[in-house]
Amino acid sequence: MRFVDEYRDAGKARVLAADIAARCEPGRRYTFMEVCGGHTHTIYKHGLEDHLPEQVALVHGPGCPVCVIPMGRVDDAMHIAAQPDVIMTSFGDMMRVPGGKGSFLDAKAAGADIRMVYSPLDALKIAKLNPGRRVVFMAIGFETTAPSTAMTVLRAAAEGVENFSVFCNHVLIIPAIKAILDSPDLRLDGFIGPGHVSAVIGCRPYEFIAREYGKPLVVAGFEPLDVLQSVHMLLGQLGEGRAEVGNQYGRVVPWEGNRTAMEVIGKVMRLRPYFEWRGLGFIAQSALSVADEYAAFDAERVFDLPGLRVADPKACQCGEVLKGVLKPWECKVFGTACTPETPIGTCMVSSEGACAAYYTFGRFSRERVREATRA
Amino acid sequence: MCLGIPGELVADAPEHPDLAVVEVGGVRRRINVGLLADEELRIGDWVLVHVGFALSKISQEEARAVLGYLEGLGRDYDDELDALRASDIT
Ligand code: SF4
Repeated sequence: MRFVDEYRDAGKARVLAADIAARCEPGRRYTFMEVCGGHTHTIYKHGLEDHLPEQVALVHGPGCPVCVIPMGRVDDAMHIAAQPDVIMTSFGDMMRVPGGKGSFLDAKAAGADIRMVYSPLDALKIAKLNPGRRVVFMAIGFETTAPSTAMTVLRAAAEGVENFSVFCNHVLIIPAIKAILDSPDLRLDGFIGPGHVSAVIGCRPYEFIAREYGKPLVVAGFEPLDVLQSVHMLLGQLGEGRAEVGNQYGRVVPWEGNRTAMEVIGKVMRLRPYFEWRGLGFIAQSALSVADEYAAFDAERVFDLPGLRVADPKACQCGEVLKGVLKPWECKVFGTACTPETPIGTCMVSSEGACAAYYTFGRFSRERVREATRA
Repeated sequence: MCLGIPGELVADAPEHPDLAVVEVGGVRRRINVGLLADEELRIGDWVLVHVGFALSKISQEEARAVLGYLEGLGRDYDDELDALRASDIT
């Protein structure tokens, strides 16, 4: 497979790395945030930081949907799952996410009917097969998954599947990036933009980052060479004093995104005035709820929810990790009390979470080596 | 769950106009192609499949590249394929 080699070729990586080094101004440090957890995974898995000059640092952002779910929402979902006749469904990644009273897996072990599904349409099918039960789909994810949930609600409405509802936790990437840009903790030189989210929203929504904050953003693919190339493009812009939105992933991401997907979201969902993100706190207009027209399919209206805010465990430093302020291994419980098998925080749950990715592949990281030699 | 898996469209699905059959890594499953209503999809086209929905149309070369990449992921890809195998969208 020649094409594969083209994206993973070690020789090409070296050439690109040399070009990247040549583009760095002497004495200047660069910090780029990879917004998406898929990129974090690629970076740790392939030890990409080792290919970059010391001057370039990559920090991870909040783009792992499982990681940003606050404890209170998990507890609300557990509350729904505990109601009579309920079948709770969600993606496999959701099963281990800890709430204040344990995870879905714990609740399942205690007798709740919680099922893992591949697609929201599988959840809808469970509802059709179990007319005497109330089937709830816990929807999570950024703009990549929101259209799928919305399409499923449309289908449920068209077919009159009255025992189906969605517990909507869809979040939006742009307000999260804005919150990071406005936070005083971090000085960034640019962003590696999310690939699959952009396949839906396109590249235009990022333009304010260049225009109002003067920072470049390059939408990138998930191959190791994609990530290196996007760093190269970011440095190219900075070297020429430009700040623009670039698209390194044009083979999947059209500049205008997927219009149908955006229309479906617009039809079925509404912006929430605010939403809590784990570690980032409340962010205005950063999430979606089910629109009034489809209230019958909105679990938040079908069920009475406690809606309590639950503080993160004291030991947990996911917030700092999600903002890129802290590296995973700097968290006090990393790898000891908190592991993928027994996660304390969300970043340890999904393979796109920075802590889980680092736990699995971190031995390649140059910073880990540096830490070790310092100790 | 954020993995996009390339699938080749191999057949229409009689169950619903929005559905089509794709083959992914030897697994044949029905998926929803309603989000690509603007594209003229044909049998033999490749799409990126995300939680049971085709999200974008891609070239065969890109599909091969992504598959190679996913196979290198190991367990995460296996889990995703297992989930897809258990899926029965109609
Ligand atoms: S090690 Fe665990 S608690 Fe600490 S930041 Fe990572 S996921 Fe959160």
